[in-house]
Amino acid sequence: MAEKILLVDDEADFLEALSERMRARGMDVSTSVSAQQALDAVDEGTFDAVVLDLMMPGMDGLEALRILKEKDPKLQVILLTGHATVQQSVEAMKRGARDLLEKPTDIETLAKKIKEASAERMLLVSEEAEEKIKNILTSKGW
Amino acid sequence: MGEPVLERFKPRFWDNRFADSGPFKRLFNFRRIWKLAVLLTSLVAIIPLFVLAIFDLNVTRHSAETQINLRITKLVSNTDRTLTFFLEERKYALDFIVNSHSYKTLSKPQKLAGILESLKQTMGGFVDLGVIDATGEQVCYVGPYTLQGKNYTGEAWFQEVLERGLYISDVFLGFREVPHLVIAIKHENPDGSFYIFRATLDTDRFNQVLSQIELIGQGDMFLINRQGVIQTPSTYHGNVLNILDIQVPKYSDYAQVFNKKNGRGQALIVGYSYIKDTPFILMNITRKNELMRPVYKTNLLLVGFIAVSTTLIVLVVMGVATRLVNEIYNADQQRVRTLREVEHSSKLASIGRLAAGVAHEINNPLAIIGEKAGLMKDIMMVEKEYPYQDKLTGLVDSILASVERCGAITKRLLGFAKHLEVKIEPVDLATVIRDVLAFLNREASYRSITVTTDLPEDLPFFESDHGKLQQIFLNLVNNAFAAMSNGGALEIRARQKPDEDIVVTVRDDGCGIPEADMERIFEPFFSTKKEKGGTGLGLSITYGLVQEIGGTIQVESELGKGSLFTITLPIERGEREK
Repeated sequence: MAEKILLVDDEADFLEALSERMRARGMDVSTSVSAQQALDAVDEGTFDAVVLDLMMPGMDGLEALRILKEKDPKLQVILLTGHATVQQSVEAMKRGARDLLEKPTDIETLAKKIKEASAERMLLVSEEAEEKIKNILTSKGW
Repeated sequence: MGEPVLERFKPRFWDNRFADSGPFKRLFNFRRIWKLAVLLTSLVAIIPLFVLAIFDLNVTRHSAETQINLRITKLVSNTDRTLTFFLEERKYALDFIVNSHSYKTLSKPQKLAGILESLKQTMGGFVDLGVIDATGEQVCYVGPYTLQGKNYTGEAWFQEVLERGLYISDVFLGFREVPHLVIAIKHENPDGSFYIFRATLDTDRFNQVLSQIELIGQGDMFLINRQGVIQTPSTYHGNVLNILDIQVPKYSDYAQVFNKKNGRGQALIVGYSYIKDTPFILMNITRKNELMRPVYKTNLLLVGFIAVSTTLIVLVVMGVATRLVNEIYNADQQRVRTLREVEHSSKLASIGRLAAGVAHEINNPLAIIGEKAGLMKDIMMVEKEYPYQDKLTGLVDSILASVERCGAITKRLLGFAKHLEVKIEPVDLATVIRDVLAFLNREASYRSITVTTDLPEDLPFFESDHGKLQQIFLNLVNNAFAAMSNGGALEIRARQKPDEDIVVTVRDDGCGIPEADMERIFEPFFSTKKEKGGTGLGLSITYGLVQEIGGTIQVESELGKGSLFTITLPIERGEREK
């Protein structure tokens, strides 16, 4: 099953190349060139994982991450950065990022991380579903 | 011979001429500071001492001279009185004789001889007596000469005695070549007629009186007449009837004292007094040096004291100045060293910041290149047939390899620049080092490098950053491996110093570091392995890491024999890490 991912980066060239490569690896890729666009995209559809550039003009990755997590706590976000300080990394992890990778990244590593994230989300979603079913079972009691 | 001794006492700052004092060099001319301090302090201490001493010398000399003059004046006038009294006694004796005997009695030689005899027995010193009538004829004479009937009218002394009633002669060599003097008095009868009574005295008694005077400071006391002929024996100024070598002083009613130099240049103090009614002048001549001897002695003592204390003052001043200037010099050296250290570390920091900026800016385009090349590769893998297949695959692979290499460089650059938070936990140094070595074991055995460790069991756990320590040792060992040829030996040892710092040394027997490069090995991008893919960041990162955990790193190296890195790690975290 194809993972549905969203790539967010201010460098269009980067997005273009990476998205094509991801697609070549059988993923369903959407792209956004700004944080705002990414938020809109998330509003419109669900994603298994979001790959988010930390440093972007306008709203930066950390802020976008916060809003994304507010919208959907189960959303799996992998941060990409050209230069991360430890402080930023820790902050990102606190805000619920799944991982933080440094550019330039190895495509295979990234793909692996995305697959893990997707699996995690599946688990979370199914857990949630299970929870819901349990709830229904216990509350309705029939 | 003298120079090495001088060299030994030369303080360290002496030859330090503005060499490396940094800005405000003029302020650090230590030689000048020293000279100024010594000069000023010495002058301030010594000048008052000298002024006081000179003042004191003058006052003492002046008062001593005054006192000496006073004493000599007193002595001379006392002696004058004694001599006057002595002569008057003789004169009164003669007066008594002429008053108590008639002219007739005196004219008889037997009677006169009797009087002479009794004078000799009572007063002594009388040699002859004579009676001279108004016409100047000696009518009666008793004594060793035959002067009976001699006429004295033409003699100067006869005229004088006629005028003044008394005559005392100069000393002359009389009977048996013995010095004599004559006293003559005029006796007037109630009827107006007169005669002269005359006596000759030898000067023995006279000399006796003079010799009984207690003299001051080896003085010489004697009589001269008004022509400067010596009348009584002198110790230093010639015999009786010689001419005195000093000019006859001018007349005065009182005893006088003056200073004079004699022919040999000796300073003399001359006291004199004109003895009344006689041709005699009493002289007292003393050598000034003799009189001033006690004063000179005191002065010498004073001068000696001044000399000793001046020497002492100068020595102490020099000692204190040397010490103080040395302290300043040391403090200055410390300042210069600190300045250099700060310069060095701030240089490293700014290079680090620059490197971080550059790395960051490069990472994004690098990522694009990487992805584009990756995409190309992906496409190539999908499309089985296309021209120049092998060549293009090679080119893309080479692009990807270069991107990876660039990425590695920028990551390390960032690592160098990052002021990472220090994560402090109790660390066992031995474990850290063993972990690192385990990591590198494969390379070591592959290259047959012998790694020995000397890690005492009792090394304490200490608070530090585990990850940073690992990184530090990993870098150092990697570095050592790179420097060594196959089959080399690496030794790591750790020791706890008494002041509780832990010292770890990493010694290799590799190629060593040239002297010229020692200064720069901790600088970023300084690499001698560029062609082998070194980034020149390993040691600068290590340096940064050691600083971050509050330690220090030093290197000693000998070209061709190997290098020794010494890392000092504080057990207690100091103020240095941030």
